[in-house]
Amino acid sequence: MGPGIAMLYLSLLVGLPVAAVVSQSAHHSFWATITASHTVSVLEFTIGVALAAAAVDAVTGVALAWVLVRDDFPGKRVVNALIDLPFALPTIVAGLVLLSLYGPASPLGIDVAGTRVAVLFALLFVTLPFVTRAVQPVLLTLERDVEDAAACLGAKPWTVFRRIILPAIMPATLTGASLAFARALGEFGSVVLISGNLPHTEIASQVIFQDVENGAPQSAAAIGVVLLAMALVVFLLIAVLTRRTASRHG
Amino acid sequence: MARYALRYGVLGYLALLLVLPVGMVGYRTFQHGASPVWHALSNHDATQALKLSLLITVIAVPINVVFGVFTGWLLARRKMPLPWLVNALINLPFAMSPVVVGLAVFVLYSRTGWIGTYLFAHGIPVLFTWKAMTIATIFVSLPFVVREVVPVLEEIGTEQEQAAAVLGASPLQAFFRVTLPAIRWAVVYGTILTVARSLGEYGAVNIVSSNIVGQSLTLPLYVNNRVGQLDPTAAYSAGLLLAVISLLILTGMTAFSGRRNTQQLETGAPK
Repeated sequence: MGPGIAMLYLSLLVGLPVAAVVSQSAHHSFWATITASHTVSVLEFTIGVALAAAAVDAVTGVALAWVLVRDDFPGKRVVNALIDLPFALPTIVAGLVLLSLYGPASPLGIDVAGTRVAVLFALLFVTLPFVTRAVQPVLLTLERDVEDAAACLGAKPWTVFRRIILPAIMPATLTGASLAFARALGEFGSVVLISGNLPHTEIASQVIFQDVENGAPQSAAAIGVVLLAMALVVFLLIAVLTRRTASRHG
Repeated sequence: MARYALRYGVLGYLALLLVLPVGMVGYRTFQHGASPVWHALSNHDATQALKLSLLITVIAVPINVVFGVFTGWLLARRKMPLPWLVNALINLPFAMSPVVVGLAVFVLYSRTGWIGTYLFAHGIPVLFTWKAMTIATIFVSLPFVVREVVPVLEEIGTEQEQAAAVLGASPLQAFFRVTLPAIRWAVVYGTILTVARSLGEYGAVNIVSSNIVGQSLTLPLYVNNRVGQLDPTAAYSAGLLLAVISLLILTGMTAFSGRRNTQQLETGAPK
């Protein structure tokens, strides 16, 4: 009986609404909506800026994980805890926070509000923890003796990193970056305040939101299904990556 | 040399992206002293938003905790039919844009939706009320507890539960006196994450809310509304309140994630 109840609950709460969106999008205007030049340019920017955020995260995330595992300095534990702040902070507050430092009244004199850079800043803020949290545990379990051996044989620090550490942390980095990419694809709350609602900074979730407000749920559903499909592909990719890592270690 | 460059490079990045912006909100909030802040937070619209956020959280969190422990236990201990489908449905809320979640609830409960048609015919409006906002919140925060509980249940194994059963404990007794105490920190950690998401959700609740100030705004919606109405003091005050709550949540997360790990070390069977 238990499994039946759980299945029923999940189907009603998650399955049914998702099926409703898919059914809503299955309208004769589906292709017309997603191939319209406006939708295409929005999707191009959404994917592009999400990829850019994931790429920056891959580099900064590995650097952060490295500093947190291999380096030691006063206040390291506080820094380690701070990494999770973007997960705890409501997305609209993340937007407000960025607006106060990088908006029109910026005390640093950097005003990026209403530009595409602002969207990238917001995405970097909310996706900060993914790569670091994926790489950290792998770095912790890495055996130091191989690195020492390489160093003894004359390898420079950079060579040790590139030939020994990087291959070991690559799957975790890719998993973290994929999670960041998936999150960035659908991000909404942190972007709305700082992007200034301008045509060139629009991302897919904002278009979906406006379509609903303007009484066009079919068009919103069509773009929503595209986002959903992309997220599913990313998660399948992550599943394959995790399985490959597991089989390599097992 | 390289080591210091990396350390301060990383710390500088964190400062510019995370610490300075959050500190700036604190500064902006109290720029004109504490009394405008008190005024901004104690007026009717702000207290209504806080109350609605709390109401939604108080309903969504217990539902997700009970469901999460129950389903986690089923997944780890019982044979679920179609486990891949169950896992897919549980993880789906993490893969979906919050706006698409809101849209899904909107479509299902709208006047022409599969459930909405029936509800409107019987005079029970759900869309654009706190009920739809609660449903959307339950949806987005569904996976947290399950995902914390399943790995711990798998790691602690069934030996103690079997011992309890041999000693004559009913399945219910074994669950409440053996299993639940063993996974309690995972449950607490998952609950903290669920609270954080429920209080802070923006995109999903925005779509299904009627967005009337003083009536149907949650605290995050109120922040956005005040920015739009060029009322920075109110926006920053409400934003800072949410930020302080998340800092408390973060402290809890750090404390309990430590507990959770030690517990896994104590009880976890080495591979």
